[in-house]
Amino acid sequence: MKLFEYEAKSIAQNLGINTPRGAVASTSDEARDIHKRIGGEAVIKAQVLVAGRGKAGGIKFAGKPDETWARANEILAMTIKGEKVKKVLVEQKATAKRELFASIVLDRANRCQTVLASDQGGIDIEDVARQTPERVLHHRLDPIFGMRSYDARLIALKLGYQGAQQGTFSDFLSNLYRLSVIYDAELVESNPVIETQDGRFVAADLRVIVDDNSLFRHPEFQERSKEISGEVTVLESKARENGLAFVELDGDIGIIGNGAGLVMATLDLVKQYGGKPANFCDVGGGANAEHVATALQIIQGAEKVRAVFVNILAGITRCDEVAKGIVDVKKVMGLKKPLVIRMVGTNQEEGRKILQSAGLTAMDKMDEAARLAVSKVPA
Amino acid sequence: MAVLIGKQTRAIVQGITGNQGSFHSRLMLDYGTRIVAGVTPGKGGTTSVGVPVFDTVASALEKTDANASIIFVPAPFAKEAGMEAIDAGLSPVVIITEMIPARDAMILIEYARNHGATIIGPNTPGIITAGESKLGIMPGDVFKPGKVGLASRSGTLTYEIAASLSHDGIGQSSCLGIGGDPFTGLNFIDVLKLFRDDSGTDTVVLIGEIGGSAEEDAANYIRDTKYPKRVAAYIAGRAAPPGKRMGHAGAIITGTEGTADAKMKSLREAGVMVADIPSELPRLLLQQVSPLQ
Repeated sequence: MKLFEYEAKSIAQNLGINTPRGAVASTSDEARDIHKRIGGEAVIKAQVLVAGRGKAGGIKFAGKPDETWARANEILAMTIKGEKVKKVLVEQKATAKRELFASIVLDRANRCQTVLASDQGGIDIEDVARQTPERVLHHRLDPIFGMRSYDARLIALKLGYQGAQQGTFSDFLSNLYRLSVIYDAELVESNPVIETQDGRFVAADLRVIVDDNSLFRHPEFQERSKEISGEVTVLESKARENGLAFVELDGDIGIIGNGAGLVMATLDLVKQYGGKPANFCDVGGGANAEHVATALQIIQGAEKVRAVFVNILAGITRCDEVAKGIVDVKKVMGLKKPLVIRMVGTNQEEGRKILQSAGLTAMDKMDEAARLAVSKVPA
Repeated sequence: MAVLIGKQTRAIVQGITGNQGSFHSRLMLDYGTRIVAGVTPGKGGTTSVGVPVFDTVASALEKTDANASIIFVPAPFAKEAGMEAIDAGLSPVVIITEMIPARDAMILIEYARNHGATIIGPNTPGIITAGESKLGIMPGDVFKPGKVGLASRSGTLTYEIAASLSHDGIGQSSCLGIGGDPFTGLNFIDVLKLFRDDSGTDTVVLIGEIGGSAEEDAANYIRDTKYPKRVAAYIAGRAAPPGKRMGHAGAIITGTEGTADAKMKSLREAGVMVADIPSELPRLLLQQVSPLQ
């Protein structure tokens, strides 16, 4: 779960991490009042979860509170990459002696947390890594003991800090690390970290992604995690509320399968035969009739869907349950789109009998079924 | 011959009294797996599916000679369940549980490494040595004994591919799921090493998917070590868009990293036979005669 910048900064402040003076606003009046309170020049930042808000015009500057009102008014009317802007963060614009980059990521390949740091802050770090890889420092942390004081000190030293500043930057890094542990973060990233004229380090921007699997340890985020963010489409949120692993795609063939790998392979096959999948939908292992029925209802109800392909290889899942789910939908609301079923495995014969009784058939091979599904899309 | 489990495996089931734990213990026993004990805190002294239940792994080890464990406990308790099995000297430790926090998995995997234990998973269908033993939730009947070692990041797709291999007369030595999460106890390189040293395996099949770099790392390893056995692969997720998690926590393309095309290219360049669609795998294996035959 991605946190909004203002949420990330609020938890950072509680851990002693400096952030620019400011506050979050939902209206342009509030934004103006915040600017009056903090004084100086202000930056007004759209609070969205999608990346690339700067390029989309979601970050603006203002010298006076009335300008802030106008800029906030513009930003609050924006939709950035499909995500409606609901809040803006109004902050004092910081003046930097130096801009740095610091992040702590879960590093899959090395099975640990890794610190990435650079003295090239404020720009896209992937560009820095591509063009001048020597300017991005990688430091792996022990998976069990984490960041020790000498880890932080070594990173500070490599970025050129000595004496008191070395200690100050080490503390800043240690606090980012503490945040990653306390909040089970997949990513904590500050870009830029600003070194001020008076030698403080300030997280001018802050991104935090909390591991979804750890939300049981973070009741404070549970309500928030249910909110629909800009990253989730209407169809996705409807499917996910019903316990389906679901991703909307831009094609027209609805896909239902069991097991993430099998469903991915199903999408690939449909594409291989010239079709375009409308979604990824995994009903999961051991899905019952109700699960399958819900998935089919949601998918055939989507306007964009022009054919549906159900691909089940039953192991823990049982074909008779899958068949019941499909037949229930046919009885209750009717099959609204051409349907191709491939169904093999546990209780195959029982399942096929149930389908036959409702005038439906199932195929054996997923290649052939995928090809047929592609051909069922009306021209 | 096979890897990690076989007739010599004597397993305990942690979480044997839960729905999943008891259901799959029954199926594992039916397959012929030797399950010598179950562990559920607070249920010591009872039995589940005919197996004696203990409160802790240590107390189960006082009464039995278990040497492996399979874990079905809920995600919040999985890290400590795994440590408990490792402390008791059990290996492999198969972790079926899904949705374990990544940090917990990271710590547990390091703990296992420090103690010389092997973790399979988390979020895995488990491991099966065809005809001998199964520590997992896969349908046993799709696997047939033979010489293909199979490692996968997914469950159902593994059954699909194993079934099609078996159907075409290509049996398997051991098949295992490395797990669908970002952090897994075994990666493809670890599995390639195990199969390299197993005289019962002459071919390795890798079933990968989008996300991370496990397949590219495997490709580099195969090329750099001039891997002595033939390797075939299928990668799922060519139709997946970037930035979206495709069901598995680990199946996500981040930026330009982790795409199926890049993985297929790396593997092909390392001399691996890469199938475009799953049903092509048996064809690829039948075309080329095994070096051991």
